[in-house]
Amino acid sequence: MKTIRMLAMAAAIPALAVAAQADTKIGMITTLSGGGAGLGVDVRDGFMLAIEQDGREGVEVVIEDDQRKPDVAVQIADRMIQSEKVDILTGIIWSNLAMAVVPAATAQNVFYLSPNAGPSALAGKRCHQNYFNVAWQNDNLHEAAGAYANEAGLKNSFILAPNYPAGQDALTGYKRMYGGELAGEIYTKLGQTDYAAEIAQIRASGADSVYFFLPGGMGISFLKQYAGSGVDLPVVGPAFSFDQGILQAVGDAALGVKNTSQWNKDIDNEANAEFVASFQEKYGRLPSLYASQGFDTANLILSALDKAEVSDQDSFRAALKAAEFASVRGDFKFGDNHHPIQNIYVREVIKEGDVFTNKIIATGLSDHADAYAAECKM
Amino acid sequence: MTYILVLEQILNGLQLGMMLFLMAAGLTLVFGVMGLINLAHGSLYMVGAFAAAAVAGWTGSFLLALIASLAAAAAAGALMELVVIRRLYRRDHLDQVLATFALILIFSEGTRWLFGSFPLFLDVPSYLSGPVSLPGGIQYPLYRLTIILIGLAIAAGLFLLIARTRIGIQIRAGEADREMIAALGVDISKLYTLVFALGAALAGLAGALVGAIQSVQVGMGEPVLILAFVVIVIGGIGSIKGALAGALLVGMTDTLGGVFLPQLFAVFMDPASAASAGASLASMLIYILMAAILLVRPSGLYGGSA
Repeated sequence: MKTIRMLAMAAAIPALAVAAQADTKIGMITTLSGGGAGLGVDVRDGFMLAIEQDGREGVEVVIEDDQRKPDVAVQIADRMIQSEKVDILTGIIWSNLAMAVVPAATAQNVFYLSPNAGPSALAGKRCHQNYFNVAWQNDNLHEAAGAYANEAGLKNSFILAPNYPAGQDALTGYKRMYGGELAGEIYTKLGQTDYAAEIAQIRASGADSVYFFLPGGMGISFLKQYAGSGVDLPVVGPAFSFDQGILQAVGDAALGVKNTSQWNKDIDNEANAEFVASFQEKYGRLPSLYASQGFDTANLILSALDKAEVSDQDSFRAALKAAEFASVRGDFKFGDNHHPIQNIYVREVIKEGDVFTNKIIATGLSDHADAYAAECKM
Repeated sequence: MTYILVLEQILNGLQLGMMLFLMAAGLTLVFGVMGLINLAHGSLYMVGAFAAAAVAGWTGSFLLALIASLAAAAAAGALMELVVIRRLYRRDHLDQVLATFALILIFSEGTRWLFGSFPLFLDVPSYLSGPVSLPGGIQYPLYRLTIILIGLAIAAGLFLLIARTRIGIQIRAGEADREMIAALGVDISKLYTLVFALGAALAGLAGALVGAIQSVQVGMGEPVLILAFVVIVIGGIGSIKGALAGALLVGMTDTLGGVFLPQLFAVFMDPASAASAGASLASMLIYILMAAILLVRPSGLYGGSA
């Protein structure tokens, strides 16, 4: 009796496996609560918009909130890989979480596509054939900002960023291109909400400008407190410090500020126009660069699925690398370390009716690749 | 130039200290009088901030928002005491920690359910925004100065309440000997509810005041709660004076350490690694301070023999 049951089960297992193979399971670990929630929600909404517009069957997305805690992200990743058997992981916003999750995931033969975090370590020495970054290497936007600062004639910048991998990459990137003096350089705590001490240092430093990388709630707190402090030095930043969510919260204080981004809603191509319109229609707000990154990530995955099954890892990887999808950024291609080679633009904060948003005023860096590609031996 | 920076940072430290004092005062009273560890004190801070943000959005008045924060946090505190906390006084600390931790989860999820996970923003009213010039040429944000003054006023008020009023006598008696004051005819359960609501109101006010310069979001209370525990351990559990001293000490150490440690490190390191190493050490500084104080005075600066 027992042997019969065993035989029946043995016969059933391959049948189940065949049924499961037809489906692609994507696990999304992102930040949906706390001061960083705006970023994760935008990535998720952009990603799901693309999945929905595509409408194909057999693609399943599982979404979980990492609360911006590395330990939580690692737990979710383990569960998704081991018990839910996802084929592809994506979604992480913060570089410290990416450093905790990505190497372990790629080592277990799962694909990881980053819609945001691009720590330098994963672009250089610790690059992996199953890791693709669809957004940027962390330094990129800051490099463009450094180049812009030179052009704008800024000679004495005070620079600050949170003390975590992306913050260190940010200041490294800015300094790589910026040719002037530094009036000061400080690292704040990740998630810090009170910047009184930093603003006092800026006031005392004799700087001619402030460069800051403070994404999400951190940027909102900083800009509000900066506006109330009476320090009126010009500020420059990457798009992360002036994204759509931050601009609505700080209002007039950010008008006219220059910032750098690989995407903006006024990039002129068909995919982008359609994306901006459909995002607005579905969610009732303007998309941010995070939403555009989520949207591109999903479309990249779908374009690769058209060509190959995920289970055929080599073909699927080649299909991802080819990046044959209509990016909302226009031209998009991967370098040898699976990081984008793309234009970075300079944007200015403007007001359109009642809504604060950005418009592109110049191309900062053309076909820009990251500085770590040479260290990657893949 | 530098002395202005130092003075401004001292004011910043004072402001952080005052905010911590508002949190720690309630925590230390509850611990001192009722012997209860209340982890959910941070949730009351959050309740105050959300109530203020909701009322400010609704009426546009900052003053009404502050009043709402006091009322909402006091009401939430009283309710919490009547429904849950009351059953915990006779239990050991582990049960209290477990139950109040559950309260944190309930409050956080409840707030997320009501307001969503996106941060809310409470604006500083126009009459309190912008900088003021202080003697000595310091420019300091008026709003932060107001927080310092409100903190000082509340500290003075609490001292008077504890030292001069009948309720104050009962609170002090309750700390010394619970059974005895019950035997003397004081309605101890009413006293407990009152003390709890008072502590909750102060936490709620702190949340609303800070919410206006930072952001109002779910989970905002927990980082502050940890600092407030450090404060009451340094100051001595149950002592308002200790809470004030501890809060100022922690506020100053955190602010000045964060600013001057990286600069100190820069003397013998290159600026980039000094900034990063200094920032890391600065965030440990208050815990080092706490350990050092506990080595010398195991029951805190103003702690009794308990």
